[in-house]
Amino acid sequence: MVKDQEYLRSKASYCLDLAKKLGATGSSVTVGHSISETVNFRNNTLDESNRSDGLAISIETYLGKKRSSISSSNLLDDNIKTLIEKCFVTTKNTPEDEFNSLPDKELLAKEIKNLNLYDETHFDNEKKIEYLKELESVASSEEKIVNTESSFTENKSNFILANSDGFCNGYKSSSFSASCVTVAKDENSMERDYEFTSKRHLSDIKSAKELGEKASEQTIRKLSPNKIGSEKISIIFDKRIAKGMLGAFAGAISSNAIARGTSFLKDKINEQIFSETINVIDKPDMNKGVGSQIFDSEGVKSDTLNLIQNGILKNYLVDTYNGKKLNLKSNGRCGGTTNLYFDNGKISFEDLLNTNSKHIYVTETIGHGSNLVTGDYSVGATGFLIENGEFKFPVNEITIAGNFKDMFKNITLANDLDFEYSVNSPTMMIEGMTVAGK
Amino acid sequence: MSNFFDKSDLSRKDADKIVSDTLQNCDDGELYLEDTKSESILLDDNKIKSSSYSSDLGFGFRAITGEVVAYSHSNEISKDSLKKSSENLKSTLKSMKGTYNHDISRSNKKFYEDINPLEQKTLNSKLEVLNKVNEYLRKKDNSVKQVTTSFAGEQKSIEIIRSGGEVLTDVRPLIRFNVSVMLEKNGRKETGVYGIGGRQSYDEYLKNDNWKTVCEEAFRIASVNLESKPAPAGEMKVVLGPGWPAILIHEAIGHGLEGDFNRKKTSAFHDLMGQKVASEGVTIVDDGTIDNRRGSLTIDDEGTPTEKTVLIENGILKNFMQDRLNARLMNTKSTGSGRRENYRHVVLPRMRNTMMMSGNQTQEEMIKSVDKGIFAVSFGGGQVDITSGKFVFNCTEAYEINNGKIGSPIKGATLIGDGPSILKEVSMVGNDMMLDPGIGTCGKAGQGVPVGVAQPSILIDKMTVGGTKL
Repeated sequence: MVKDQEYLRSKASYCLDLAKKLGATGSSVTVGHSISETVNFRNNTLDESNRSDGLAISIETYLGKKRSSISSSNLLDDNIKTLIEKCFVTTKNTPEDEFNSLPDKELLAKEIKNLNLYDETHFDNEKKIEYLKELESVASSEEKIVNTESSFTENKSNFILANSDGFCNGYKSSSFSASCVTVAKDENSMERDYEFTSKRHLSDIKSAKELGEKASEQTIRKLSPNKIGSEKISIIFDKRIAKGMLGAFAGAISSNAIARGTSFLKDKINEQIFSETINVIDKPDMNKGVGSQIFDSEGVKSDTLNLIQNGILKNYLVDTYNGKKLNLKSNGRCGGTTNLYFDNGKISFEDLLNTNSKHIYVTETIGHGSNLVTGDYSVGATGFLIENGEFKFPVNEITIAGNFKDMFKNITLANDLDFEYSVNSPTMMIEGMTVAGK
Repeated sequence: MSNFFDKSDLSRKDADKIVSDTLQNCDDGELYLEDTKSESILLDDNKIKSSSYSSDLGFGFRAITGEVVAYSHSNEISKDSLKKSSENLKSTLKSMKGTYNHDISRSNKKFYEDINPLEQKTLNSKLEVLNKVNEYLRKKDNSVKQVTTSFAGEQKSIEIIRSGGEVLTDVRPLIRFNVSVMLEKNGRKETGVYGIGGRQSYDEYLKNDNWKTVCEEAFRIASVNLESKPAPAGEMKVVLGPGWPAILIHEAIGHGLEGDFNRKKTSAFHDLMGQKVASEGVTIVDDGTIDNRRGSLTIDDEGTPTEKTVLIENGILKNFMQDRLNARLMNTKSTGSGRRENYRHVVLPRMRNTMMMSGNQTQEEMIKSVDKGIFAVSFGGGQVDITSGKFVFNCTEAYEINNGKIGSPIKGATLIGDGPSILKEVSMVGNDMMLDPGIGTCGKAGQGVPVGVAQPSILIDKMTVGGTKL
């Protein structure tokens, strides 16, 4: 069983008391416990079982505007004591930083809403095995599938965040995730693809059958790919790739990147950075939301933020330290976004495929080709050529490139948004990017 | 050396007994104990932004029978916790029976010293270096708008207890020093990053004001990029500089030669053993035995001494990299390549220092031979899809080559290629093999481990460059 609030609270207050005794002018502590159980299958047989039981503590101590931190997985009182003493010595010897401070008291979360983030159901390993058996038998039923690997993980965690200003809150959360990776082979090629599901509640995950079917189908259709020539062409991003654009956007509007001046979106508040039809929302209080949170990692209450309204940048993601630097109030985004999504567009998926006579439909990208300082983007891609609204043939060994500043203004979204992950996008088309191939 | 038992109700004798009892009907397995002390000190935006210390202690208990791995880990080293893990392993493997392989090779060689780099330099002297870096770069040129510099260090002590009471230990120091600088000129911003590190004390790497060299290199890369033009798009010849660009080797073929992917036949290389996979003159090794290198290990995370494994010899595929599990299932020996990020993770066959050996041509000859292409000198990260064999990496410093001459710098672009065929496109191998500066971390299955790479300059006849200029 995951440790209860009482145990975590007692460890937290032990730390805060000790820091105070040593002379710290402020301190904050997070104590967390997490248990997860994973079962892996490969080619219809059990491959691995993995049980993980982890306690973690992290402590920050302040002396005026001086700050330092420690973390440990060893929660024995005498170890914590040694570490806090060490932490405080380091704090004393670290130069002052005028922006260091605990969060403003009035911004701290006061009520703990129940967002249904915890499902106490225990899906024991025998049941995980049953699920994976069914999944793999479906996934491997097609002759072209030569390898299947699948996995089921159940996680339960609990945490407490406490600080010397009296904040002391935490809550339990759970997740149930299953994934399936399949390899297909024909005379010309060998290809891999996947499907996965992850939810707070067991009853909400996709069925084993659906997962297996999707993985198998998505892999087989990639077989015998072609390389295409280099050209400027409209690109359609499958939902699972389209959400990556939001990840880059979130990185570029983090108050850390803005305060340091290392973002291509610095000083762009109230400017048009997407086309007028685009809205981006970050909503922390979704019921059962995969990315939901009641407060951020500093204890600051997080409200829904309209980051992009009609294409215009309205908010950065602000934490306490960078907020003080930028003269902004924290909006509860220390640790980043929560449930982040593009609002639906106006046209259907089918209509999107028909907007141009030819597109590349991208289902996977590889590489770390996003430069958030300049906005330059260049990654390897795999997908399909679409002509007149129809999937023609699979394409690989190409790259796609552009600059986010232009790409953001050329986005058209379909109306097929759903909330599978913590970052979600409808299918997305971007015009004017360069494909490099032959 | 850490004593894992002195503050626990678990004695070494208890541990031995639980391990032997749990593993008696298994083919392999061990109790892995780990104690890591690490620190990170970061100067950013003219301030010491963070100064943190971490102490992580825990165990991972593994039992293997046939192809099935049962693993359980916890950060509570106690009798109760180890027993719970033992029950968990037994229940997974209850219907199976194996024969424990007690064989494990031994060696007295050590490739780094038992030091604690964290304690060998005071906090104040670390802060002093970081402040000097910041001042030096900001004074150097008024285009410098941002400086980030950091120290990261750790000491990891491990102990492996095998069934029958065999014990293997290692103490691994590791440090890294990093500088990142952002320049702004005529409305354009560019960054340059450079770092150094390995398994010695901080001061060993900071001798002779070496921090200045690191600053100069970061500044030089950023300056070059300020002048960069859009990169070309399409297939062309590519000259790679020596050293760090060997991450091409790491991505393109290294991962594909790891034992697990080949046992599972999901690697594009699984049926190519003994065949020609590279041009003549191409020899690639994975070496865990170079003194003090980031990717070196005295023993791997299963206790096997590391070695220098020849992967490709003169173009022919000779060996895969193996941990004990995959070696047993493929009827071969562990190459000392079994690694894990920490006690929370299972062992996987991984690279150590992956190196292409020198040939006899010069970089000058290579560039002269190219009519239209690019010269890539430095890279960010890379990635590979081991099944299709397609890999990418991102240039952070590259130039056009026109009519045998180096031209303007070009913007960061992704290069994409096909692993099994790329080494056949290598038409010249340089005489200037160089090791990388000690900064690489390799990711696989969510686990990051420190690695090294090395190569001479090479000419690749055909690769796709992912720029924007057609």
